[in-house]
Amino acid sequence: MSAKGSEQIKASPVIKCESVYKIFGLNATKMLSGANGNVDAEEFQKAGCVVGVNNASFELFEGEMLVVMGLSGSGKSTLLRCISRLTTATSGKISINGSDLLSMGNKELIELRRNKMGMVFQSFALLPHKTVLENIAFPLQIKGNSTTESVARAMEMVNLVGLSGRENYFPRELSGGQQQRVGIARSLAVEPDIWFLDEPFSALDPLIRKEMQDEFLRLQGVLNKTILFVTHDFDEALRLADRIAIMKDGIIEQLDTPANIVLSPATEYVRKFTEDVPREKVLKIESIMNPIKDKDQLGDLRVSKDSLIESVAESVLSQAALVGVVDNSGEIVGSLDHLKVIKVLFGDKNNKN
Amino acid sequence: MIQPKIEKKYNTKAIQLLITVVIFLLLYFLIKPSENNFLWRLPPLIAGLPFLINDFVSYLMYDFMPIEIYDPDIDDFEDSPIIKEITRSISSAVLFCIQVIREVLVGGVKTIVTFTSWDFVRDNEWAYWPGLPWTFVCSATMLLGFILQGVRLASLAGLATLYIAIFGQWEPAMQTVSLVLIAAPVSFLIGLTFGVLAFKSTKMEAILTPLLNVAQTMPQFSYLVPAMVFFGVGDHAGAIATIIFATPPMIRLTLLGLKKVPPEVIESGLMSGCNDLQLMFRVLIPTARRDILIGVNQVIMQCLAMAVIASFIGAKGLGFNLLLALNSLKVGKALELGICIVLIAVVLDKLSLAWADKQVDYFSKSDFLSRHWYKILLIGLLFFWSVVAYIGGFFFKEGFNYLYIIPHNKGITTEHFWQAGVDWILDTFFFSLKAFSDFLIINVLIPIKNAYLGMPVAATFVLVMSVGYIIGGFQSAIVVGGFLLFIALTEWWDRALITAYMTTFGVVISAIIGITVGSLCAQSSFASKTILLVCDTFQTFPSFIYLIPVIMLFGVTDTSVLTAVIVYATIPATRYTVEGLRSVPVALHDAASMSGVNKLQRWVKIELPMAFPHIMLGVNQTIVFALFMVIIGALIGTDDLGQYILKALSDKNGIGNGLSLGLCVAFIGLAADHLIRTWAREKKKELGL
Ligand SMILES: Nc1ncnc2c1ncn2[C@@H]1O[C@H](COP(=O)(O)OP(=O)(O)O)[C@@H](O)[C@H]1O
Ligand SMILES: [Mg+2]
Repeated sequence: MSAKGSEQIKASPVIKCESVYKIFGLNATKMLSGANGNVDAEEFQKAGCVVGVNNASFELFEGEMLVVMGLSGSGKSTLLRCISRLTTATSGKISINGSDLLSMGNKELIELRRNKMGMVFQSFALLPHKTVLENIAFPLQIKGNSTTESVARAMEMVNLVGLSGRENYFPRELSGGQQQRVGIARSLAVEPDIWFLDEPFSALDPLIRKEMQDEFLRLQGVLNKTILFVTHDFDEALRLADRIAIMKDGIIEQLDTPANIVLSPATEYVRKFTEDVPREKVLKIESIMNPIKDKDQLGDLRVSKDSLIESVAESVLSQAALVGVVDNSGEIVGSLDHLKVIKVLFGDKNNKN
Repeated sequence: MIQPKIEKKYNTKAIQLLITVVIFLLLYFLIKPSENNFLWRLPPLIAGLPFLINDFVSYLMYDFMPIEIYDPDIDDFEDSPIIKEITRSISSAVLFCIQVIREVLVGGVKTIVTFTSWDFVRDNEWAYWPGLPWTFVCSATMLLGFILQGVRLASLAGLATLYIAIFGQWEPAMQTVSLVLIAAPVSFLIGLTFGVLAFKSTKMEAILTPLLNVAQTMPQFSYLVPAMVFFGVGDHAGAIATIIFATPPMIRLTLLGLKKVPPEVIESGLMSGCNDLQLMFRVLIPTARRDILIGVNQVIMQCLAMAVIASFIGAKGLGFNLLLALNSLKVGKALELGICIVLIAVVLDKLSLAWADKQVDYFSKSDFLSRHWYKILLIGLLFFWSVVAYIGGFFFKEGFNYLYIIPHNKGITTEHFWQAGVDWILDTFFFSLKAFSDFLIINVLIPIKNAYLGMPVAATFVLVMSVGYIIGGFQSAIVVGGFLLFIALTEWWDRALITAYMTTFGVVISAIIGITVGSLCAQSSFASKTILLVCDTFQTFPSFIYLIPVIMLFGVTDTSVLTAVIVYATIPATRYTVEGLRSVPVALHDAASMSGVNKLQRWVKIELPMAFPHIMLGVNQTIVFALFMVIIGALIGTDDLGQYILKALSDKNGIGNGLSLGLCVAFIGLAADHLIRTWAREKKKELGL
């Protein structure tokens, strides 16, 4: 996982949203300007308006993955569509790499999409009359690249997502997981900087979903894109996210790292959401390690300070000796004793290590 | 808990209906027929409408916006109205296109003359295109059938062309085909364009929808009149009427197909960076491909049906000969021609459907020979058959080269065979047929007709509008009332009543037969498949064709027309019943069987109610089919609206009458359509479908 996120703050964010609103309905603009930024979903509903996104502000930095989480109808897709300008936000400001998205002309927008953005859809949204290869080459051809060039690049993408040998299949001849691999390959074909994924794995069986998540993490490890990922599955969010935004009725209730969201929920709603989340799935070794007293006490096992407790618990517990914790460069920065791990795994929920 | 509620609602509706009928009967018997009684007949307040249309059209054609046109005959400029010039250039363009295709198929010099001059052709004997040998066209269609589907379609196409050729109908058949080959692509392009426009702009859709509704319920004849007025008489006018007639379904299917494209696919196109054009042509249209291709099939079938009827305004071809044969009551000859038309219809239908189903194979073997084998074969065939035809020229000394074209009086003819058959039937069954027909006319048809004609206009309004109210509330009552009012205010109310009588009679019998046969066939999957195939086949026949056998049996009587109506209109009733019943979920069958219901109970209590909305749509189609057939029945002498439309065709100032009459027919159809659709929709809601 590319855990740069909040630590590695860069000068300018890739995506910046400032008080973004999206209201559906005929007199949305009028209603919004009347409300003075204080949008009440129920009140708007009575006036025949549906609130999609309610005052969303956040920044997203290069190489960071923000997962937008919320129940169905909470406005996740709408937020994503505002940022890709598939719908136009009713008010607010969105900047992509510093340039104002909402004031862009059609030409600029098309250029932006052709070169900087890629998107993956829940229902795959492949073109039924085109083969795997042609689907993947499609954005390149739309850009005006030559056929040989597009096909060569598309072939690379086919290999990247592990579909070699199936490039001449039609979408209807593929399983759901394979179709989404095509969707992913297509969205990556133009080497975009920003990658949007709207519930990409929700239509898949649980086993395949797990496999695709692993595949996705592998890809992100190689590609290191700036990612906006939408899901309604909290486990998925926890597995993937650098930061998580939890939405309810169009409002972003909390936007923070998984650990912080679990450990200190900002609202009652978020708390309820995170109540049953197993701590070991969220917390990193770093948060429970002890300072090193004596290096000789340590056993042979070394774990990274960035790995989740869940992923190393078994091997830690099967060791008799203390376990060493190392940082990215391999230097030992702490030690881990069994008791702490056991406490996280089985201890009471309110115990905030 | 829910059961009593529905029952109660049902009861109130039944009571409302009962009251309506009682009031209707009271009015029926109380209102006295009299010229001056407005409850009996409304005054023809809009009888002037046809004249208005006539004046408007003649203003358009003769006075509107004159422009200077150079006339080579008098070597001077002359004023000519712009519309006339526009229609004239459209006419000549269309005529030229038809000519080219026609001459490619059957030979001629006019195309060459267009590019050179008559002198050039006289001086150069070689400057003559002989037309393609029928043997080549036959094998080329076979090849096409083979490529699109396989051996079966190839043999069907081959046998059909062979039949047409050896029975000496080659030339008229190719004339008809050339008209279709011009009209269909033009309809396709216009339909696609308007479909796309309607998809892009809701305003355009709002304008087009009512126009499409009217267009699809206007009888074919009413398209002929304006085409004749604006474009004259001849192949080009026929082609233009055909194009206008065949375009609406294409628009509709294009729009339907585009609307079915999932929003996420559109978004994926946008995110790939498509501009508007790329989105339309590389994402939307290809994704909607199936519906659009079904539209193409519809266009081709409509074109063929219309190309036959266009013979009324001078389009050459099979239809023209058929018309002549029918007029002189040569039933044998008419049958022979009818079979040719049917064969062309079936082959075109199958070819276009096969094309629609064919998936483009982007990655087949890529060497030159395997990609282009059929083109090479085609050229080879052309060469081979030309040589054969050339050699044939030395064999057949009487001047007819049978290997090149079989002239119409030299082919094998089955006319005498058919005529003998007809004579035999008439000889054997004449008295029983005649007795049946007479009985029907005297004891059933005339009384019903008189009952319809005896309806006071007030009673009709009460009946129709109340039914509208019961089915769809106040709004429906107003809608159907409006349609009715238009007809009542023309001078053709009585004619419309006759059309209505023939249509209702036909629809009731067709619906009974169709639903019964459909229900029986739906019991087994084999029978369902068979009956659907039969329906498919019969539906491809142009409506005109159905008149031939009935004239043979019953002569020129109302019985003939009604028999044709019933046969033709039973097709959709049967088809929709089978489809509706077959789509009742199997789980429901099983559940019913588990609760110990027998087959009949299951049919009455479960299948029929579930399939009811779909069957209603079938009845809707039945009404439109019946209405169209009643109008075409004018050919064998009815005295309803259709007959007046036919008369308008031979009237110099016919356009006003023709269009107004067409509207009357369309409004009858639309009123019925509105009621049944609303009913089916309500039922669907009740069933929670
Ligand atoms: N085009 C639209 N018109 C009107 N309302 C919409 C439209 N798209 C979404 N909505 C409404 O906006 C809200 C948020 O929808 P969405 O963003 O799709 O939710 P999610 O993706 O979280 O399930 C929902 O109440 C939905 O009904
Ligand atoms: Mg969504």
